[in-house]
Amino acid sequence: MAKISLIVNGNPVTANVDPRTLLVQFLRENLRLTGTHVGCDTSQCGACVVHLDGKAVKSCTTLAVMADGHSVTTIEGLAADGAPLHPMQEAFREHHGLQCGFCTPGMIMTAVDLVHRKGHDLSDHTIREELEGNLCRCTGYQNIVESIAAGAKAMGNSDLT
Amino acid sequence: MYEFKYHRPATVRQAANILLKNEDAKLIAGGHTLLPVMKQRLAAPPHLVDLSHVEGLDGIEIKGRSLVIGATAKHADVAASAIVGEAIPALAELASLIGDPAVRHKGTIGGSLANNDPTADYPAAVLALGATIVTNKRKLKPEEFFQGLFTTALEPDEIITKVSFPIPKKAAYIKFRNQASRYALVGVFVAKRPSDVRVTVTGAGSEGVFRVTAFEEALKKRFSPKALDGIHVDADGLNSDLHGSAEYRAHLIGVLAKRAVEAANAKPEKELPEPDPTQPSVG
Repeated sequence: MAKISLIVNGNPVTANVDPRTLLVQFLRENLRLTGTHVGCDTSQCGACVVHLDGKAVKSCTTLAVMADGHSVTTIEGLAADGAPLHPMQEAFREHHGLQCGFCTPGMIMTAVDLVHRKGHDLSDHTIREELEGNLCRCTGYQNIVESIAAGAKAMGNSDLT
Repeated sequence: MYEFKYHRPATVRQAANILLKNEDAKLIAGGHTLLPVMKQRLAAPPHLVDLSHVEGLDGIEIKGRSLVIGATAKHADVAASAIVGEAIPALAELASLIGDPAVRHKGTIGGSLANNDPTADYPAAVLALGATIVTNKRKLKPEEFFQGLFTTALEPDEIITKVSFPIPKKAAYIKFRNQASRYALVGVFVAKRPSDVRVTVTGAGSEGVFRVTAFEEALKKRFSPKALDGIHVDADGLNSDLHGSAEYRAHLIGVLAKRAVEAANAKPEKELPEPDPTQPSVG
C-alpha cells in the first residue's frame, strides 16, 4: 500500500491505496465522488475527465499514486452544494447539451479546461476539434457544441472559474 | 492490472539504480501507453518507476543552434511553447496533433520515443531533424536509436533525459489520421536543413519510421512540391491492413510529402549559417 495526500475539490485528502488503483477508482470508490464516470476505460471516451492541477486529464489512465501531492477537481467541485451551478453546467442545462447524461461530467470538465486555455469566444470549429477526446453516443454533439459556446461566454461574466 | 511495486525517485540517477536492481522494472512518466497495456494485462511489470516527480526533466530551451526538450515535457507544453513555436513551428504543430487535449496534458516526448510505436508522431520529427537523443549514459543519433517496431537502442537501465533538435531552415509535418484511432495512418515530416533535406514517414513502415531518400534528393535540388512529380514510393515493406493497403499508403506518402513541402514553403525561411563540423550539435 502507498500513502497519498492530495487536494480534492479544495479539501485535503489522505489515504492508503494499492499502487494499481486508478485515480478514477480512488475518486469513485474511496471518496464516493461518483460524478466522474468510467466509460470506455481505455482513455478514448473522456467520461472520466477531471482536472489535475487545473488541466483536463483522463482519470482512468492516471494512477492515484501519481496524483499524490497534486490538486484534483471533479465535476462535484465546480460549484458548491446548494449554490448556483457553474456557468458551464448551467449552459448544458439551458441548451439541452445532454440526453442520457453519461458523458456530461467529462464534457463539462473538458469544456472548462478548453475555456481556460482558449478563452471565452470559441468558434464551433475549435469546440469540435477540442472535443476529440470526448465521445457522446446520444446527442450528435450539436447541442453540446452550443452549450460550450454559451458556457464559455457565461464564464467570462462569472466569479466561478 | 496486476500488482506492482511503485517507486518514486527524485533524480534520474536514483531511477537508473532502481532499474538496475529490478529486472523487468518499467519507467512511467505520462503513462498513456503503459497504463492501457497494463490494464489489458499485456504488460505486467513488477516494478513501476515514476519519473514524473524528477525535477528539471521537462525543460524547453534553446542551446546554441538547437532546441532542447526535456524527456518529461508534455505534448501540450511543446505544442503551446513560444520557444518551440519560434524555433521549430512544425514541431509544436506535430505535438498539437497527438492524441486529444487530455492525452496531451499527460503524454511525454521521452515516453513516445522510448515506446517507438510505428504510428507515433515524434519519431518522424526526430529522424527528419536529425535530433540527438540524450540519455543518462550517452548521446544517440536517430539512426542508432530507432531499431524497428517498439524497439530502441535503450538499455534496461538507460533513461532518455532530453532530445536536442538542430533548428532547420524550414519544416512541416502533415498527418493523415486513421479516422477511428486518430493515430497516423501515414505522417510525413519534411525538413529543409542547412546542409540537406530530409523526408521521413511514420505510420506506414512495417519497421517503423523511415526516410524517403528519393524525395530527399529531388527536394535538395529544388524545394518545391513539383520536384516530387513522377517519383513513386515502393509499396514493398509498407503496412497493409483493413485501414489501408500498402499501395494506398505508398500513394499517401507522395501526396502528404507534397503537402508538407507546400506547408513548409508557406513559412518564412530561417537564416542559418552553414553547419560547422567542429561544433558539437548537442548543447
